[in-house]
Amino acid sequence: MAFLHAVSTGKSATKSVLKSRSLTPYLLLAPGLIWLVTFFIIPIFSLGSTSTMVRPDGAQIGVYVQELRFANYVDAFIANQDQYIRSFVYAGLATILALLIAYPLAYAIAFKAGKYRNILLVLVIAPFFTSFLLRTIAWTQILADSGPVVSAIKVLPFVDELFRINNTSTAVVIGLAYNFLPFMTLPLYASLERIDPRTLEAAGDLYANGLTTFRKVTLPLSMPGLVAGTLLTFIPAAGDYVNAAILGNPGTKMIGNVIESRFFAVVDYPTAAALSFTLMATILILVTVYIRRSGTDELV
Amino acid sequence: MTTINAPMPSLSHRASRWFSRNLIRIYAALAFIYLFIPVAYTFVFSFNDAGKSNLVWQGFTLENWQNPCGAPQVCEAVVNSLQIGVISTVLATILGTMIAFALGRYKFKGRKSTNLLIFLPMATPEVVLGASLLAMFLNLRVNPGFWTIVISHVMFCISFVVVTVKARIASLDPRLEQAAMDLYANERETFRYVTLPLVMPGIAGAALLAFSLSFDDFIITNFNSGVVSTFPKFVYVSAARGIPAQANVIGSAMFFIALIIVIVGQVVSRKRKKI
Repeated sequence: MAFLHAVSTGKSATKSVLKSRSLTPYLLLAPGLIWLVTFFIIPIFSLGSTSTMVRPDGAQIGVYVQELRFANYVDAFIANQDQYIRSFVYAGLATILALLIAYPLAYAIAFKAGKYRNILLVLVIAPFFTSFLLRTIAWTQILADSGPVVSAIKVLPFVDELFRINNTSTAVVIGLAYNFLPFMTLPLYASLERIDPRTLEAAGDLYANGLTTFRKVTLPLSMPGLVAGTLLTFIPAAGDYVNAAILGNPGTKMIGNVIESRFFAVVDYPTAAALSFTLMATILILVTVYIRRSGTDELV
Repeated sequence: MTTINAPMPSLSHRASRWFSRNLIRIYAALAFIYLFIPVAYTFVFSFNDAGKSNLVWQGFTLENWQNPCGAPQVCEAVVNSLQIGVISTVLATILGTMIAFALGRYKFKGRKSTNLLIFLPMATPEVVLGASLLAMFLNLRVNPGFWTIVISHVMFCISFVVVTVKARIASLDPRLEQAAMDLYANERETFRYVTLPLVMPGIAGAALLAFSLSFDDFIITNFNSGVVSTFPKFVYVSAARGIPAQANVIGSAMFFIALIIVIVGQVVSRKRKKI
């Protein structure tokens, strides 16, 4: 998973530059960048164009004409603000949950695993290889009302007879955190692994207790991994609709669910496009602020 | 028994000390259990003698593994996914590796914008990538199908290939290439016989990553596939009615195949290092 390594450290490969004035780099770049411009940048503009279209009176379903109606954004937001806000709340909660699970895990692999490090790293990635949809659907069975987890919790005192996890917001957040856990763990591991254990010993020699060492030494040194990990979890989680569709109920719909159903069930392309555009803009703003705040500017 | 006066630490005391010393290991073990519960569930239920709705355990059978195409349309979807995965992987790996070499080995104008263009698709939620591409296809009156899926997969895989290969290039010792040049290898020979073999593990890793991203992608595919089915799409659509156990067989098989590839890769690269 070298890519996460690279994302988390932000190191660019400029150390050994061979040639400077030839055409070669542009020839190497051209095909890939043309592909990205054609199928990523231009579609974004296409999406922007669709977002201000209007359906003419009496037109067929799915036929829209450009009228530069920016009020589409206002309408789309007002009609779906609950799902919109919910997406960011769920994504935020899932990111925190994933961080709480992944940090100690990455720490254990980096400092306590010894020669088993590589095997454990492979095990972190391994669940990826089973289709994520199958795993998400497996959660619905594991968390089912008559399933083992719920039955075990119901044994506890003060637990309501109607207690359930499936089809609740809790299940959606658990599912989101689960889905993106490797994306959180690997960058954290990459930056923890770089910490020289002697710096931790030095902190101990200077009478810092375990907690102080963690707060003043380990945590700051692992910041690049933490920033990369939280971004790699938060961004896909905010746009996800699979977990909400499989593990949630109609009251836990996220903005991705709305975009999907506007596109396919309702065939309301402008609203779907306006919502997608707003989602992307919000995420880009949040990411920029977050990266600036955390002082890891070289990430991009 | 010389230390008569020293009180023996009680059993509960010792247990709690062991516990606090190994707290982080216990925590990590629990995290691994969390990671693997759904995988184990999927695997176990691939042996369920369940017929069409694989929800309740009905008894052990090997039939699903002996006849993975038993459920209607499963194998059709898997074949589509494999074809799309292979084509997308080859294209994305070639295009991405070329970009990675340009970034890692050359000085040129526009480096910053190139990096941004590589980073942006990874920082955009899949639903936006899928929706925008579909918006373009609709505006161009293109009917989505097999090739629009390939186009979208190459698009989102390129960035991951670039970052993976670039990291590998960055970790190379530039003196190896200089040595080749000193020994009168020209630029092309140096690349062919020194640089490329050294970067190969990174390219192989990137290809494996691209394939697994492509094979497992649902959201972008769902937007740009029209009526063409892929394995994740098949699973999603049949989720409402209950997923046939054959889907669990295929998910589990993919898991073991990928795991074997990764482990073999690790062993090979370790042997090479020893030489």
